[in-house]
Amino acid sequence: MVESRIDEVLERHPGAGRDALIPILQEVQEAEGYLSREAIVRVADHLSLPPSKVFGVATFYNQFRFQGRGTYHVQVCRGTACHVRGSAAVLDSIRRALKIEPGETTRDGMFSLEVVACIGACGLAPVIAINGEFHAGVTPDKVNAILNSCKRRSAA
Amino acid sequence: MTITVNDKAIEAKPGEMLLTALRRAGIRVPTLCAMEGLLPTGACRMCVVEVEGMRGLVPSCAFPVREGMKVQTHSQRAVRARKTIVELLLANHPDDCLYCSRNGNCQLQELAAELGVRQRRYQGARNPMRLDMSSPSIVRDPEKCILCGKCVRVCEEVQSVAAIDFVGRGSKTRVAPAFNAGLNVSSCVDCGQCILACPTGALTERSHFKDVFDAIRNPKKVVVVQHAPAVSVTIGEMFGARPGVDVAGVLNAALRRLGFDYVFDTSFAADLTIMEEANELVDRVKNGGVLPLMTSCCPAWVDFAEQEFPDLLPHLSSCKSPQQMLGAVLKSHFANRLGVAPGDVFVVSVMPCTAKKFEASSPERRNEGQPDVDAVLTTRELARIIRMRGLDLRDMVAELPDTPFGERSSAGKLFGASGGVLEAALRTAHHMLTGKELDAAKVKEIRGLQGVKEARVKIGGAELGVAAVSGLANARRLMQEVRAGRRDLAVIEVMACPGGCVNGGGQPIGADLDAVRARMKALYDIDRDSDLRTSHANELVKRLYDENLGAPGSEKAHHLLHTAYAPRQAEV
Repeated sequence: MVESRIDEVLERHPGAGRDALIPILQEVQEAEGYLSREAIVRVADHLSLPPSKVFGVATFYNQFRFQGRGTYHVQVCRGTACHVRGSAAVLDSIRRALKIEPGETTRDGMFSLEVVACIGACGLAPVIAINGEFHAGVTPDKVNAILNSCKRRSAA
Repeated sequence: MTITVNDKAIEAKPGEMLLTALRRAGIRVPTLCAMEGLLPTGACRMCVVEVEGMRGLVPSCAFPVREGMKVQTHSQRAVRARKTIVELLLANHPDDCLYCSRNGNCQLQELAAELGVRQRRYQGARNPMRLDMSSPSIVRDPEKCILCGKCVRVCEEVQSVAAIDFVGRGSKTRVAPAFNAGLNVSSCVDCGQCILACPTGALTERSHFKDVFDAIRNPKKVVVVQHAPAVSVTIGEMFGARPGVDVAGVLNAALRRLGFDYVFDTSFAADLTIMEEANELVDRVKNGGVLPLMTSCCPAWVDFAEQEFPDLLPHLSSCKSPQQMLGAVLKSHFANRLGVAPGDVFVVSVMPCTAKKFEASSPERRNEGQPDVDAVLTTRELARIIRMRGLDLRDMVAELPDTPFGERSSAGKLFGASGGVLEAALRTAHHMLTGKELDAAKVKEIRGLQGVKEARVKIGGAELGVAAVSGLANARRLMQEVRAGRRDLAVIEVMACPGGCVNGGGQPIGADLDAVRARMKALYDIDRDSDLRTSHANELVKRLYDENLGAPGSEKAHHLLHTAYAPRQAEV
């Protein structure tokens, strides 16, 4: 199953060279939601590159994830307006609450965390988005309530 | 062309980089990332200088010379910039120099001293990172890494192994195998060239000190040491001798003083290897076996072949390396002679190599459950032990190695240089095929530091194509040619380290190409001045066959001295 999705991407790039690395990684992530170990090894093989190189390039860019997304994908805006209004503290409290770092997913697969530059809702700063749904004026003490409501929705 | 540096005119060649011209003129500009023979990356910025007419400082390693340019290499601005760079590097560097294996031999430490860094001006956040002890040969301490990238480049560009690369970005950047995995599951072949490249203690060998000392202290163990051909022409450097002085005699003496019960020269086993390998070559030539025959004494190359060229494994000589052969003989024939159990003979080898640690510990290279070799010390480790014990090689009297393996031919000694194994094998194969000696001058083409050397050698009526390559990127290219159907070669010698074992990953850190050249020359000088220049003329090797092994290629020889290879896939 998983294999075939990687295959599909690679088949679209026959005989590709190293310049196709990033587009291929993007397509694999599009198809699978993240870059698995297996995907990186397969892409490396396809392009005749060492896996260390592919992993090196992939980890250089923020856009690539190495764990699948959680049921709830939490995006924390770290743009200028949000920063001024305290997004660093918001991010910190989410990290503590979920015990994960940006780019990671909780073990139960419920939450994943991502830091984004600016999601274009400066008027609502500091803002976070969960599965695309915006939460405005978030402060550290509101974080738990927001996350708990996600958990409740899941349990229901 | 002429350029002006520090108000003095110096010569420069059109097209070269400023740093090259400065170095030739004897002007020392510090560098952390520059690598001899490779393109500059301009990563570390230590080599910045002031060039008149340029607004900012320029990295001299990546700045081409221009007619009439005026350069200041040690202006206040340049020196201050270098000092700041070092201070910034130190901001998140561990402060445990006293406990570091590179204490006293660290480029970062030297620069901090040279530039007068006396206080911590920048306090950077530390990135706690785990020590990677997974490899049998190499220890990686990413916290001590300054991200100069030399290990990454040598691994990729010189060795074409690319086991490690930069991972992540910004202050979180580190050098690691894919997926931050351990070196043991990576494509690393343990050659140790990264250790030679590393300016700090981020990459070091895995030490076998304790095992060696424990064995020496254990009264039940007969502790035997062997030293490889390249060691005796190198270790003097670590005690103030100029490069290329052979200290084999005092090395024997020093090893005895350290408490080893018996001292042997691995070159004896190299003669034994040649008997087996030449026999194998003759057999393959005569009987239409798989050609070209490829040498198998370099464990990093064997590892590389198992990983990258599994289809070519039948080409590899089935001979164990000299280290393993001597170990096998010591734990059988020699143990019997002494009347002790093979398990009570503890074999230590001193090697210019880190991959030998991997080879010795590898489960595939065991004999009836026993490792042939129990512990491996690099040239560097041995020098440290000698110093620790307060011995000075300079005031020691030369001694001979022990019987019954106390004589070596100079052909065996050549194993330390790229092309040397091939030359030694050709001498003996020639004798086996024609009954006459080969004129040594005929294989001049396979001597020297070049990475790829080829020759055609007449043996009797036939002419054999031979090649010696060093540096695994060179080996990879030649293997691709063989895979693609190249058929004019009968023997290929491969050594993973550029120039061979004289430039091995276990050799002194900080040596330049001239030192490597001097070590190589020392081996050929030994050969030139030797009365015993062929392995087949070594009486003690003959006696070992007469008393114990039978003939080269016999069943007993196969059992003890040969091995098998299997494809291996690196996980990452």
